[in-house]
Amino acid sequence: MLDGTTAEIRERQHLRVNPAKTCQPIGAMYAALGVNKCMPHSHGSQGCCAYHRSQLTRHYKEPVVATTSSFTEGASVFGGLANLKTALDNIFTIYNPDIVSVHTTCLSEVIGDDIPMIIKKATEDGIVPEGKLVIHANTPSFVGSHVTGFANQCKAFVTYLAESSGETKNVVNIFPGWVEPADMRELKRLAAGVGVEFILAPDTSDVLDTALDGEYRMYPDGGTSIPQLKAMGDSFLTVSLGPLSSKPAAEALEKKCKVPFKDLEIPYGVAATDAFIDALRLAGDTAVPKELEKERGRLVDMISDMSQYLHKKKVAIFGDPDHLTSMVSFLVEMGMEPAIVISGTPGKKWEQNIRNICAPVNPDVEVRAFSDIHFLHQWIKNNPVDLVMGNTYGKYVAREENLPFIRFGFPIMDRVGHRAFPTVGYMGGMRIVEKITDAMFDKRDREDPDHEVELVL
Amino acid sequence: MVATLEAPSETKTEKTMRKVAIYGKGGIGKSTTTQNTVAALAEMGKKVMVVGCDPKADSTRLLLGGLAQRSVLDTLREEGEDVELEDIRSGGFCDSLCVESGGPEPGVGCAGRGIITSINMLEQLGAYEEDQELDYVFYDVLGDVVCGGFAMPIREGKAEEIYIVCSGEMMAMYAANNICKGILKFAETGVVRLGGLICNSRNCDREAEMIEEFAKRLGTQMIHFVPRDNDVQRAEINRKTVIDWNPECPQANEYRTLAKNIDANTLKVIPKPLKIDELEQLLMDYGLFK
Repeated sequence: MLDGTTAEIRERQHLRVNPAKTCQPIGAMYAALGVNKCMPHSHGSQGCCAYHRSQLTRHYKEPVVATTSSFTEGASVFGGLANLKTALDNIFTIYNPDIVSVHTTCLSEVIGDDIPMIIKKATEDGIVPEGKLVIHANTPSFVGSHVTGFANQCKAFVTYLAESSGETKNVVNIFPGWVEPADMRELKRLAAGVGVEFILAPDTSDVLDTALDGEYRMYPDGGTSIPQLKAMGDSFLTVSLGPLSSKPAAEALEKKCKVPFKDLEIPYGVAATDAFIDALRLAGDTAVPKELEKERGRLVDMISDMSQYLHKKKVAIFGDPDHLTSMVSFLVEMGMEPAIVISGTPGKKWEQNIRNICAPVNPDVEVRAFSDIHFLHQWIKNNPVDLVMGNTYGKYVAREENLPFIRFGFPIMDRVGHRAFPTVGYMGGMRIVEKITDAMFDKRDREDPDHEVELVL
Repeated sequence: MVATLEAPSETKTEKTMRKVAIYGKGGIGKSTTTQNTVAALAEMGKKVMVVGCDPKADSTRLLLGGLAQRSVLDTLREEGEDVELEDIRSGGFCDSLCVESGGPEPGVGCAGRGIITSINMLEQLGAYEEDQELDYVFYDVLGDVVCGGFAMPIREGKAEEIYIVCSGEMMAMYAANNICKGILKFAETGVVRLGGLICNSRNCDREAEMIEEFAKRLGTQMIHFVPRDNDVQRAEINRKTVIDWNPECPQANEYRTLAKNIDANTLKVIPKPLKIDELEQLLMDYGLFK
């Protein structure tokens, strides 16, 4: 399909081909679904909402509920006040959520709709029932990417809801960043294992990976509860995972409720998971349980067993900045060689950080933020690699170049494992090692000449 | 040979509609000048449609005798997209046709988008079709060309000649120069041209000479010098154009002259906007900066 892609690279300023990012509201919608009985609301035209819902459904294989202000030509000219008020009235009457989280779209951003004013008017007009909440996040897609939208939504939960009662509780807030429901579940297991009391926000486990029991629930059991979101202001520490996806919320909470935060990476691989466990252990003044230590040991053992196959293998990887920072670190831990690292999200600082991480194994790593998959493809035509990692869109590149491919990031629309099995933690690390070696060995088993096919690897 | 969907040009009737837009600094008298000029053209027997492109929807008040008419956008909002031409267009003085775009209240929504929506709707409804037998359409546009929406009348060949209302005051000339920059941008790729400056006098020193010189430097002409006369205000208080209110007064003749000059005008140019230094020097030379 990509057989027309040439090896000749031309610098492009104003064109992205096969972009490695998508709209802010997708992130906002995903984050809002991680709050119990929350209705994400898209303030714009219907097409935005439809696309964002379908993209999330394609990735999670679950129904994704969200509402829209259904802008028409008239709303674009006169502003979205009337539409949002009618929408809120309908939403509370028909769908009865506990909270509606409004996120903007490009259209409502450009015409400059003042969402807090509209929420205030709707409240004054008695549209918002007693005890129900409406909050908002600004999510213009012409700024940042879907990761920015996720971060803005998480921040909005803090600025609207977190309260400090004056009494600090022995609880740690965990902002997980944009990770899968299975990852959220795994983070909770690890934190419980270390023995600290915690609030995870948002939490999409048991929302976007629900059990099939024959009954449809518009609001599944999972998700961070509103009392938990409010109580975050009384916690003594926040552990923020992912500088782009979680740090803005952690900073807002520190500013609003004086809760200090530890700025960590998403715990993929050994060191990042160690840092997460360590932060919790120190905060809770507890000991790391033997079982976790053994888990860690099993991961290290697996890496060491496979190191002869992983060593110096070149990897082309693309995705979202926070995911990449941790995954690239993990690749370096495994002795692999990140060759090219591409993100669609803008970020100069991130580029430098990736170069620093890769410096011990590959000082010449090609790192680009705000780039695209087309560039990655052209680059690997000139600089052959052993493995491609990225979201579903990468499969066309892998297919064209006949390379093993690991699905990683968002969106993954053609496999199911990502939402069921964690990538974070030591268990997640083992899964990644398994996937990488599977993919590389499968290719060898398939393509090696008969006399070179090994029974034992 | 490339096939086109357009009908061949020879089937066009001889009557061609002139498409005029009036721009100028806010408060300079665009709406007053436009309506008085349209009244004079209508009196000459021309069939004219005025499209007010201002969210305040006050561009046709004098032609309609103060009758508030429902704007295109209000109609669109209240009745949906199923709108008829009669719903949004009213007959005014001497069978002139009046349309108000309208728009949102100050501070909300997008007035620029409103202009785009409204002009598109007029086109869809056939307001500019040959069967309407219009001699002129006048767009009366709010203030500066602040965004793409307010440039709509000069985009895609909608208005073909622009007249800028100005006076000998510094800021009015500054605004006129800025508008020329906007015209230049669209003229390079389209058919829009500058037809001239209309000096709506503020009784500045050597005003007529200065605007004539300014026009010359821009590559255009001062199409008429409209003296200041309180009859204009008197007519406005009576919700009328001067010609309607008192056809015999001298000011009525000024607007008749302006209308005749526009009707006879053939000088349509791509303007050459002045550099700021040059503009200030001009003001100094004519004795404003003493």
